[in-house]
Amino acid sequence: MMDHNHVNCETLLGSLSEYIDGELSPELCREIEKHLAGCDNCRVVLNTTKRTIDLVQSPTEAIPVPDDVRERLFKRLNLDDYLKPKSQ
Amino acid sequence: MVNPTSQELSLEKLRAGDRAEIARMVDEFSGPVYRLGLRMLGNQQDAEDVLQNTFMNALMHLSEFEGRSSLATWLYRIAANEALMLIRRRKPEVNIEDLQADDSDAELTPHQFVDWSGLPEDELLSEEGKKALDEAIQTLPQNLRMVFVMRDVEGLSIKDTADALGLTETNVKTRLLRARLHLRERLSAYYAERSEHLIREDKNDGS
Ligand SMILES: [Zn+2]
Repeated sequence: MMDHNHVNCETLLGSLSEYIDGELSPELCREIEKHLAGCDNCRVVLNTTKRTIDLVQSPTEAIPVPDDVRERLFKRLNLDDYLKPKSQ
Repeated sequence: MVNPTSQELSLEKLRAGDRAEIARMVDEFSGPVYRLGLRMLGNQQDAEDVLQNTFMNALMHLSEFEGRSSLATWLYRIAANEALMLIRRRKPEVNIEDLQADDSDAELTPHQFVDWSGLPEDELLSEEGKKALDEAIQTLPQNLRMVFVMRDVEGLSIKDTADALGLTETNVKTRLLRARLHLRERLSAYYAERSEHLIREDKNDGS
């Protein structure tokens, strides 16, 4: 408890998300980076987790609403008269 | 998510039932709502149901919307409820208590240490790669998936995700970490197996 900044694999894992999102203090980041420098496994977990998030955020994953789905939605909402000008 | 060039929606007009404004709102938010449905239910038909039910519900209650949260958060909240209701109907065996439960006993420890993060983008986002990613997301427990979809797929803040789902921010963070690690584990297993295949194929080609 005294050495609360000491980072091991377990504590790193617990802070991984916040580390990736840049929500940790600079001190804690430094401790984490110190651990990462000497721990292959944690480095792999960090890299692949970051990559996983990148992939789901890639624009190709942003599926648009298909035209027929949009059309049925507007009909259901009685907004058919506003169907045409999708991108004005 | 929101097109920054489009003129901001007028809450006043929306509450007053201005149909042109409502149509604009529908176009602005139908993408995120549809994708939420797609990710949560895993098929287009159910995603369309979530989409229609969300906006039917929203239009019915628009006049009562007080603007304490943003319009986006409010719509996400409705969409999340519609998605959960449909999940309940589709898979009655899923205990809805699980969705609220604190999943502190869920497995966090990584087992896969293959570093596939350096693979080229066109391989990771090939048809096959995307399929693996989609399938991995579908294996997330619903409570984790909902948080993951809002935060990492649609890019909501931790706070907005918490507001939309009625969770604490701490709870959202915990679920997000679990979701990310679960997905990472799945994808790592997939790429580990794949690289073994490729190595084996290379050997077969050589002989
Ligand atoms: Zn470590």
